[in-house]
Amino acid sequence: MITLKQVHKYYSVGKNKLHVLKGLDVDIQEGELVSIMGSSGSGKSTMLNILGILDDYDEGEYHLNNTLIQNLSAKKAAYYRNRFLGFVFQSFNLLSFKTAQENVALPLYYQKVGRRKRNKLAMEYLEMVGLSDRADHTPSELSGGQKQRVALARALISQPKVILADEPTGALDTQTTQEVMDIFKEVHRKGITVVIVTHENEIAEQTDRVIRLRDGIIESDKVKQEELTVKE
Amino acid sequence: MFDLDKWQEILGTMRKNKLRTFLTAFGVFWGIFMLVLLLGAGRGMQNGVQREFGNEAKNSLWIWQGKTTIPYQGMKPGRQIRFTNDDYEALAREVPGLASLARRNRLGGEYTLNYKTKNGSFPLYGANSTFFEINGETVLKGRFFNPNDLAEKRKVMILGRRAREVLFGDSIPPIGKYVNVKGVYFKVIGTYELDGGNGRREERSYIPFSTYQSIFDTKRRVNLMGALAKEGVSAAQVEEGVRKVLAARHRFSVDDKQAIGINNNEENFKRFTGLFAGIEAFVWFVGIGTLIAGIVGVSNIMLIIVKERTKEIGVRKALGATPWSIISLILQESVFITALSGYLGLLLGAGLLELMSIGIRQIEKSGGQAPYFTHPEVDLRVAIAATIILVISGAFAGLVPALKAARVKPIEALRAE
Ligand SMILES: Nc1ncnc2c1ncn2[C@@H]1O[C@H](COP(=O)(O)OP(=O)(O)O)[C@@H](O)[C@H]1O
Ligand SMILES: [Mg+2]
Repeated sequence: MITLKQVHKYYSVGKNKLHVLKGLDVDIQEGELVSIMGSSGSGKSTMLNILGILDDYDEGEYHLNNTLIQNLSAKKAAYYRNRFLGFVFQSFNLLSFKTAQENVALPLYYQKVGRRKRNKLAMEYLEMVGLSDRADHTPSELSGGQKQRVALARALISQPKVILADEPTGALDTQTTQEVMDIFKEVHRKGITVVIVTHENEIAEQTDRVIRLRDGIIESDKVKQEELTVKE
Repeated sequence: MFDLDKWQEILGTMRKNKLRTFLTAFGVFWGIFMLVLLLGAGRGMQNGVQREFGNEAKNSLWIWQGKTTIPYQGMKPGRQIRFTNDDYEALAREVPGLASLARRNRLGGEYTLNYKTKNGSFPLYGANSTFFEINGETVLKGRFFNPNDLAEKRKVMILGRRAREVLFGDSIPPIGKYVNVKGVYFKVIGTYELDGGNGRREERSYIPFSTYQSIFDTKRRVNLMGALAKEGVSAAQVEEGVRKVLAARHRFSVDDKQAIGINNNEENFKRFTGLFAGIEAFVWFVGIGTLIAGIVGVSNIMLIIVKERTKEIGVRKALGATPWSIISLILQESVFITALSGYLGLLLGAGLLELMSIGIRQIEKSGGQAPYFTHPEVDLRVAIAATIILVISGAFAGLVPALKAARVKPIEALRAE
C-alpha cells in the first residue's frame, strides 16, 4: 500500500539546508496497523506529512497504492488525498464554524456527494464514534476526546485506504486516549491501513508494528511476533 | 452552472461568520450609499441653479429703458430714455449678428381677465413670437403666434398654465374660447408653461404685440426688447451693437451703462456653467475619494479574510479540496457579499433621494422653495458602474491572496495561526 524508497527531505532554514529525512525505506502492506515512534524532532511528522501528500519530498520515491507520488498537479494531489487518505491531527483541525456533522460531511462535499446523502453518512459515522447526540454541536462545545472522535469520523467518511494520524492522542488524557485508540483498532479490523505517529508506549504496544525514527533514519522496524505467527 | 451545493457552502460559511460578512458588506454598502447621496446632492444643486436660471435662451439679451448718468453733447444726466417702434426697427436693421428681435409691453392699470363668470387679475402682455423663443415658454396646448396673427393684429391670446387653471378649471378646454379684457374679446389659441418664479410666470397672458399697440397703446411705445444672437455670434457682440445704435439714436454716451439696461444671458450662463463645472468637479472629487476609500476598505477586509482563512484552507485541502474550489469559494463569497450590499446601498441611497425629492416637491407646492436645491436625483448608470467597480476590486483584492493560499502546500497552510 505504502512504499518509501530512499526518501530524503530537506528544509531550508535561512541559507542552510536542514537534512530532516535521510533516506527512508519503508514498506507498509494493506491492512497493517503501524506506529511510528521517535524522539521529538526525529522527523516523524515530516514523514507522515509526506505520506499524506500534505508536503513533498526531495529525493527518492513514494508509491501509494502502486502510484508514484511525485510532482503531482494540485488537482491530482487533491484527488489522492480525497480518495485514498484520511488524516487525523493532534490539534484536530476541525472548522470551528461548522457543526460536528458538517465537519464530518466535508470530505464528501469535495467528492461531489449530494447534500442529503452527505448528511446521512455523516450521521452514521458520528454514530460509529459514539457522538450522534453531538451532531449539532460546534467544536468549541466539544471536549478534546470528542473533537478527536469527530476528526476520526471525518477521516473515515471518505472510506480511505489509509488513515494517517499524527499524535492523535497527544492532547488527550488516558481515559479518552483509550477511547480514541479503540476506534483506531476497530478501523484496522475493517481492513484499513492505519499509521499512527506517537511517543506513548501504551499506544505503540497496541499496534502490530513499530517503526522507530532517530534523526531522520529508521533505527528499528519491529513487527510483533504473535501477529506474525497469526499471519503465517 | 448554478451549483446549489457550493452556494449552500458559501451561505453557510457567511452565516457562521457574521461579523466578517457584516464588515465587508457594510464597507461596500456605506461607500455606495454615500456616493449615491453625494451624486444626488450634486445634481440637486445643479437643478436648483438651473431653476433659478429658468429656460431663457442662452445666447440672448434683454434691453430695457433707463436714465442717463453721464453728461453728453451738452445734455444733463438724468434724462429718461424711452423706446419706440422706431428703435426696434433700427436695431433690426443696423445691429450685426442679430438673429431676431423681441419686444414686449405690459398693460398697466386695474383690469381683470374674464371668462363667463370666472375672472382673475393676471397681467396682460403684448409680445411677438421671438419673445417666447428668448424667454423660454413651451407650448402646452394649441400654438403660439404665427406671422398672420401679428400682421393682421388678430385678437388672439396665449394663456399661462396658472391663468388657464383659474379661468377655465380642469374640465373646460380653453382653446377657441374668448377671454374678455377691458371689454375686448380675445380668442384663446394656446397655453404654455414656464419654470421659475414660483409659478408667477405662468399667470401671464399674451396677445400679439401689434394687436396690443393698436388697442391699448397708440403711442407706439416699446418697454422691453430682447435680442437673439445668430449661431456663432456671441451675445456680447450683439450687446455692443445694440448699445451703439441706441446711443446714437437717443444721444447718450456709449459708456453710460445706466442709460439703457442690458441683461446678457450668455454672461449669466457662463457664470452658471462655471458653477456647474465647479459642483461637478467637487462631486467627482469627493465621489472618487469615497470610491477609493471603499475599494481600500474592501480590499483590506478581503486580505484579512483570506489570511484569517489560511488554516481553514489548509484543512479543506487536506480533505481533498482542489485549488480552484478554494479560489472560487472565496471569490464567490466576496462577489456575493459586495454585490448584494452594493445593491442595497444603491437602493437605499436612491430611495432616500426619492423621499427628499417628494418632500421638496411638497414644499414647493405649498409655495416654499429651498434655495439652489431641487429634485436631487442620481444617474443610475454612474451608481451602477461604481457598484460594479467596487465588486470587481473586492474580488480582485481577494483573488491575489486566494490564489496564493490555493497554491501553498497544505501543510504550510495548516501551520498558519
Ligand atoms: N517547516 C519547517 N521548517 C524548518 N524546519 C522544520 C520544519 N518543520 C520541521 N522542521 C524540523 O525538522 C525536524 C523534524 O521535525 P518533525 O518532523 O516535526 O519532528 P517530530 O514530528 O518527530 O517531532 C525538526 O528538527 C524540526 O525542527
Ligand atoms: Mg511531530
